[in-house]
Amino acid sequence: MDFASLSSNLLFISFITYLVATLFFGGAVRKSKDEVAYKNSKWGTIGLALTIIGFLTHVGYFITRWIASGHAPVSNMFEFTTAFAMMLVGAFILLFMIYRTPSLGLFALPIAIIIIAYASMFPRDISPLIPALQSNWLTIHVITAALGEAILAISAVAGLIYLIKNIDMTKRSRERFWIEVVMFVVTLVIGFVISSVLFSTMGYEAEMNYVDKDGRDAHIVYNNPPLFAMNEYEMVTEGVMTPLAATPPIVNAKTLTTFSWSVIFGTVIYLLLRLIFRRPLAAVVQPLTKKANSQLMDEIGYRSVLIGFPVFTLGALIFAMIWAHEAWSRFWGWDPKEVWALITWLFYAAFLHLRLTRGWEGKKSAWLAVVGFIIIMFNLIAVNLIIAGLHSYA
Amino acid sequence: MSKIKCQCGHENPEGTQLCEACGRPLSEEAKKSDIVDMRYEGSARRSKTYTTSIVDKVWNFFSSVTVGVWIIVILLVTSAIGTLLPQRFNIDVPPNIEAQVAEYYEKHYGIFGKVYYTLGLDNMYSSWWFKILVGMLGVSIIIASVDRVVPLYKSLKRQRTRRHASFMKRQRLFGAGPVDDPDESIEQAGEAFKKLKYNVKIENDAMLAEKNRFSRWGPYVNHTGLIIFLVGVLLRGLPGWYVDEAMWLREGERKSIPGAQGYYLESKGFTLENYDVEGEDKVFEDAIERAGSVVKNYQTDVVLYKDKEGALPGSEDLEKVKEYEIVVNKPLTFDGYSIFQMEYRLDELSGMTFALVNKGSTDSLGEFTIDLTAPERKYELGEGTYVQILDYFPDFIGTRNGKMELDTATPVPNNPAFIFKLVTPETPEGETSLVEIGKPALEIDVTDKGTLDIVENDYQVKFLAADTHDMSGLTIRKDKTLYLLLVGGIIFMIGVAQGSYWQHRRVWIQKDEKTGELLLAGHTNKNWFSLRKDIDEVAETVPLPSYEDRADQEDKKEKKGDDN
Repeated sequence: MDFASLSSNLLFISFITYLVATLFFGGAVRKSKDEVAYKNSKWGTIGLALTIIGFLTHVGYFITRWIASGHAPVSNMFEFTTAFAMMLVGAFILLFMIYRTPSLGLFALPIAIIIIAYASMFPRDISPLIPALQSNWLTIHVITAALGEAILAISAVAGLIYLIKNIDMTKRSRERFWIEVVMFVVTLVIGFVISSVLFSTMGYEAEMNYVDKDGRDAHIVYNNPPLFAMNEYEMVTEGVMTPLAATPPIVNAKTLTTFSWSVIFGTVIYLLLRLIFRRPLAAVVQPLTKKANSQLMDEIGYRSVLIGFPVFTLGALIFAMIWAHEAWSRFWGWDPKEVWALITWLFYAAFLHLRLTRGWEGKKSAWLAVVGFIIIMFNLIAVNLIIAGLHSYA
Repeated sequence: MSKIKCQCGHENPEGTQLCEACGRPLSEEAKKSDIVDMRYEGSARRSKTYTTSIVDKVWNFFSSVTVGVWIIVILLVTSAIGTLLPQRFNIDVPPNIEAQVAEYYEKHYGIFGKVYYTLGLDNMYSSWWFKILVGMLGVSIIIASVDRVVPLYKSLKRQRTRRHASFMKRQRLFGAGPVDDPDESIEQAGEAFKKLKYNVKIENDAMLAEKNRFSRWGPYVNHTGLIIFLVGVLLRGLPGWYVDEAMWLREGERKSIPGAQGYYLESKGFTLENYDVEGEDKVFEDAIERAGSVVKNYQTDVVLYKDKEGALPGSEDLEKVKEYEIVVNKPLTFDGYSIFQMEYRLDELSGMTFALVNKGSTDSLGEFTIDLTAPERKYELGEGTYVQILDYFPDFIGTRNGKMELDTATPVPNNPAFIFKLVTPETPEGETSLVEIGKPALEIDVTDKGTLDIVENDYQVKFLAADTHDMSGLTIRKDKTLYLLLVGGIIFMIGVAQGSYWQHRRVWIQKDEKTGELLLAGHTNKNWFSLRKDIDEVAETVPLPSYEDRADQEDKKEKKGDDN
């Protein structure tokens, strides 16, 4: 077996291991009666052991892919996102060692799993490096930045647990509405994964010619039924769905179509779940947070921002500037990805300063942590796929 | 300046909340609170003490963390708005031609684009108001830091080991109770905390265990780093501190380097290499097929020259400095300058070879090659035969709106055209013709400029061959502020790590003078979990009163639950 296929097998193994580990953390939360038993629960220990095994195979994926391609596997959407998930699990293990709270695992691992699944929907080919990426700074900058983001993401996990536990689900309120919106967004991501898997196993392909925004002829292949078609399109493949509409030239109809399918699938899944449980999803998962200590979750949320913020600054701003100076001749160029890294940094700077002001603890701080994660995900997903500057890999 | 004298005898500056020495609450607010506000140790900050004059008001405005956070949030939101559409320096239109920029935004983004452009958001990060916001953030960082760091330093320096009971009772971690031998407990606790790497002081039946006070200076160190960084950015505006130029260099050409006087760069050749599916890059096969082709490397092999010492400027008396291969990520550096490989243009026309031919007999009277970057005026073909270039249009416009336009669009030879004068012994007066690449020659009479009369010539020039060369797009930079920026960045990192990875922890244990009970209080600026762990560890071996974390409501409930 060559390194490339060994690498993808290892990733698959770690994916499955994380799934099983989640079940054990669930067991740890369900089975233990009080907090002491809960902290030292056998289920939790097995869950941790499995997580570490999954993490090691994940690292194995990373190393074998590195050997296969000859460069750090962080050069396209798939690689970066899987590496991010790996570091998220790593950050979770670190914080679990400090605080020993299985609730964190019960939420952190599913998020890591969804992120790996999301990553796998992008082309998984080992891709060559364009000249701008041929530098040791690729390894240094991207790995440090991803690590910082992963640690910051743990604060969102802790914040989410805090919110689900402390929001009164029996009464209508703004916070109950918004926490449900967060749950809905998570189902949309699952909808994206399911629709992509479904259409790719069907082998769906639809080709069309179109005219791009600069008036040039272009060609595109869809891997899902084309709900929206590109500007002035002409279908090449026969017998596929007739698009509902063509978009104006500046809109990428392919991205819009994929987005729409994710929304359709996600909404259907969401509605089905609501029908089955007859309760908001946040209320469904609330019992899982019952044994988490709120003060501890608040502490973990703050602590992970404290640990992650310097790492993020170093990787996403300082190393980024040094490399940008070498590759693009300027250390800062207001490229969208750069600006969004700055926005993330400013956001967490505001978070830390608000913590100093009385009152910005508990729920407020937890909401901020969740919003911070949304900004990080926006920078990863929307900026790469929609805004697209020098950094767009996928 | 008036002073507040505490009951313990210490004189505190006006505005002090908690006595610097014993911690007794001095202000009404502090006396009323359950858990005392320990930020900045309850010291007297200028912004909380003086509020009348204009200077006070400005000072107080900028010293507020809330104001600082608002500035951060405004910067954050506006920065995000600036990424909605590409900035003007990232579009395919020359950013300095206003009309074209305006047209671009309207054409591509409709009304939204027009509004975006009209509001100046297409060049937002250079706008005056964005710069003012950044400046305000800088001022806020300086004032807010100075307002806090000085009093904080003084009160941490003046703190006494023994605190007043009212201070102890208002701490978040607090416990009181009798122990068998209070003095022994204090001694043992001191030893135990020393083992946990605390600095311990014991006097007057009181113990203070303190750890990592230096982490309190972290925020001020990182703010200093930020200010150095911002100063560095400001300094780039000074003449000579910052050079940013671009040049196109053709293969074989030697040019003086813009922005770097006295230096010259010669290109020995440009190479472009794609990944090869067949060879060593086989592992990338699928990805390359998906993309069509992927560039592996592009580089310019250059020689750097400079004026010989004492040579007159422009005298071409040069000495070689070095040879270098400029590759992306590996700029050529010299004397503070860096030259980067940025772009390239392949197969640009460099020369054209023509023959002068008799139209009747098709006999050739000779061939000549025109160097498109430096065409000669006249090409002698011998025996009274020559071709003269009357006019040269590197990027010929041709016809515009149905009319012939004799002009060039750019100085780049994309579509060269010539007006030749052909002189042979048979036609000593000369014949003129307009020759445009890829088109039949237009035989015209240009003696009377402005009108183009078509005439019938006996001779014509015939296009034989074209030479091409590659061009390297290079950027020349010099930035004296880089080291300052780097120093700012390093100081910031030191400060932010200092403040984030260490926490200032303090534990007070003392014998109550009246009751003889032991009082225990703890405070940390962050990470209460670890402080509790430290105290619990000490309490395992040393008899201490039990304490509670008065911010943790659930813990209380759980403990009560245990009792039942």
